[in-house]
Amino acid sequence: MTELNSKIPAGPLAEKWSNHKAHIGVVSPANKKKLDIIVVGTGLAGGSASASLAELGYNVMAFCYQDSPRRAHSIAAQGGINAAKNYTNDNDSVFRLFYETIKGGDYRAREANVYRLAEVSNNIIDQCVAQGVPFARDYGGLLANRSFGGALVSRTFYARGQTGQQLLLGCYGAMNRQVAKGKVKVYNRHEVLDIVLVDGKARGVIARNLVTGKIERFGAHAVVLATGGYGNVFFLSTNAMGCNGSAAWQAYKRGAMFGNPCFVQIHPTCIPVHGDQQSKLTLMSESLRNDGRVWVPKKIEDAKKLQKGELNPNDIPDEDRDFYLERRYPAFGNLVPRDVASRAAKERCDAGFGVNNTGKAVFLDFKYAIKEMGEDVIRERYGNLFQMYEKITAVDPYHNPMMIYPAIHYSMGGLWVDYNLMTTIPGLYAIGECNFSDHGANRLGASALMQGLADGYFILPYTIGDYLAHEIQTPRIKTNTKEFDEAEKHVTERLRRLYDIKGTKSPDHFHKQLGHIMWEYVGMAREKAGLEKAIKMIADLKAEFYKDLRVTGEFTAMNNELEKAGRVADFLEIADLMARDALNRNESCGGHLRVESMTEEGEAKRDDEHYAYVSVWEYKGENQEPEMHKEPLVFENVKLSQRSYK
Amino acid sequence: MADKILKELTLKIWRQKDAKSKGGFETYKIHNVSTGSSFLEMLDILNEQLVSENKEPVAFDHDCREGICGTCSLFIDGRAHGPDDDVTTCQLHMRRFEDGATITIEPWRCGAFPVIKDLIVDRSAYDKILQAGGYVSVNTGGVPDGNAIPIPKHKADEAMDAAACIGCGACAATCKNSSAMLFVAAKVSQLALLPQGKAEAARRAKAMVAKMDELGFGNCTNTGACESECPKSVSIEHIARLNREFLKAKFKD
Repeated sequence: MTELNSKIPAGPLAEKWSNHKAHIGVVSPANKKKLDIIVVGTGLAGGSASASLAELGYNVMAFCYQDSPRRAHSIAAQGGINAAKNYTNDNDSVFRLFYETIKGGDYRAREANVYRLAEVSNNIIDQCVAQGVPFARDYGGLLANRSFGGALVSRTFYARGQTGQQLLLGCYGAMNRQVAKGKVKVYNRHEVLDIVLVDGKARGVIARNLVTGKIERFGAHAVVLATGGYGNVFFLSTNAMGCNGSAAWQAYKRGAMFGNPCFVQIHPTCIPVHGDQQSKLTLMSESLRNDGRVWVPKKIEDAKKLQKGELNPNDIPDEDRDFYLERRYPAFGNLVPRDVASRAAKERCDAGFGVNNTGKAVFLDFKYAIKEMGEDVIRERYGNLFQMYEKITAVDPYHNPMMIYPAIHYSMGGLWVDYNLMTTIPGLYAIGECNFSDHGANRLGASALMQGLADGYFILPYTIGDYLAHEIQTPRIKTNTKEFDEAEKHVTERLRRLYDIKGTKSPDHFHKQLGHIMWEYVGMAREKAGLEKAIKMIADLKAEFYKDLRVTGEFTAMNNELEKAGRVADFLEIADLMARDALNRNESCGGHLRVESMTEEGEAKRDDEHYAYVSVWEYKGENQEPEMHKEPLVFENVKLSQRSYK
Repeated sequence: MADKILKELTLKIWRQKDAKSKGGFETYKIHNVSTGSSFLEMLDILNEQLVSENKEPVAFDHDCREGICGTCSLFIDGRAHGPDDDVTTCQLHMRRFEDGATITIEPWRCGAFPVIKDLIVDRSAYDKILQAGGYVSVNTGGVPDGNAIPIPKHKADEAMDAAACIGCGACAATCKNSSAMLFVAAKVSQLALLPQGKAEAARRAKAMVAKMDELGFGNCTNTGACESECPKSVSIEHIARLNREFLKAKFKD
């Protein structure tokens, strides 16, 4: 068995990162030029890493399945990015950002990693400003802030409702500069389908050229996965259509262990499902909860009339509205963390008070904020989100309450990494959403952008040097070796197997079925019987998939159906691991609610005595049960307590 | 708003095997599409139908399906991103169409964006233009504090208006001259408005315009078509700023 060593540096929390940096290996400028690095994914983590590594002198090969690196799904992040600048003088600090992130994650993340994240958060803002990211500013010309869930201070920087877009274009620009200098070579419309190991070290990847359908080989001294999350296992999610877990999953099958696969985030404010023709769910930024009030009717008869379309929500007087977040959580009100807000919405809808024709929605109302500040202020803050809402639903949110419902949004779980962000495969790194490290069981709003850029700009460029310092004698990696032959053959055979089934159902058909199973049994509330049932159902679906899948089109040509088939094949296996992990964790924490572990008031109940660990899964072979290892979580600087936002 | 069902639609879609093959229109009928579905969900339904008939689905570019990644394209009934204003194709909804309608769907038509397959085109020319200078030359680390340079709010807001460009290609595809001026202007203008971008302003304007010309995009004749079809409402005022920046740079030569 591979030994799990988190490599957390010794010493006081606030000095760990500085001490670590002072003692790790560094590659000289002359040697950096001789080293090649593959970065898979060009979102905030991959883009910032590619640019920063190339600036240092390494030769970078950057891969994305999209037609341009600029389209990675980080682009869709709306609300903002956190940093402990304390520009608002409201007593923010590195420690407070660290503490709120650990607490928000329900004490299931590593102290040392989260502290480092908070430490470098301020550098990120400086970097992005220097790149020309047009952050929102006050009339005095200085940077503006807003509040996000789970925080008692105002520390979120933003660029209207398009913060992810602007940050991504910032690092895409930095990357473009290195492309022009010949230090980054972009392989767009390429999907990485396997990791190549030579003598136990990651030395390259096998990718399918999505335009020609050809399988191609690429060698490098180290490989970085920045491939995002696996939320699309649920079919309907806020992820982009192409987001997938395939590269990370193949890494798992090659020996990289997977941490906390059951931790996925369900975002409370998404546009509700409208019908069975739906292909994806659209997020409405958490920032809206700064000014919108969440409510459902107090009277069940009003809810019924609303569901039938017999009542206009504007006609319900305030005294008949149940502002249930303000009622249950007076201290944080509408700004409780995402997992808490999602569960509270589900609780009201399950009790029959939900709205929309499905009964699966709650109101997010701006009437009060508009009355207080005027429509112009709201338009300036959220104009693009309101426009998006109106285009999708044909309802004007300035004059009617929005309807929202929780949806799958983010995966906190991911490839297990040590303090250096290296997986259990030497030379294979995982950064951004792709790894498991910083958000525990629940991610706070505006922290995904922070983590992606922290990893790519300020952490990986240092820690990868420690590994590569031992590789300066290694010549360019040749791809005409038996290891590359074997990996290419493996990829081709896997795709060929899918293509040759010649059944009757499309990849989407199976993907939707899988989504239903996952949402029902591995979604917002999980229990033993349901999880066991899900594992069985997933296995049956997988068997049917390999019997009745139909992939149309040509094998060696552009073929979207073949791409989808490969992704769904991997999602079926990821789903199984998620259900197993959820079954093992018989406690409620963050986004993971076990029905068996709740307080009398219906709040999630954590079990620190038995579950204060990262569950780390090791692949044991096709159709073998995976083995679970534990990385104990040690808290020396925060006191574990049941989270309360009351 | 309650969704209705469109009982039948006729779709005339451009099909083209690959970059080298000759393409042509094919006609398809589909039934029972909800008005609450997006245009791309309607194409999903068509593709499911084609797969069930053992035919190859229509290839089209799409990803985020929330109007921000810029991947989706499509000329729908002669308009880039279809009949609705200020939206991308993925945010266009079927409530904009009548039951029984015939809808014509084509790829972007622009020499610098060659067709790869069916409705998918190659837009890497836009990446190349930005590689020529669409950035501020700063390395990671060693930059001043974010609040060290105050930027007047109206300048930051105007820069954000320009920076909203999603690089979808609608501007060049709509322009009768296949000009990419709005795309180039959006980036030049964003960085010209901000103090961070000033140092390289002259070089940037010249390099990006030269690259645009080299890649085969046409000249701007101020028809304004780009602005009216831009899903993010990027204004042609930014083209005026680009022209000023370009002339300023040329005078210095």
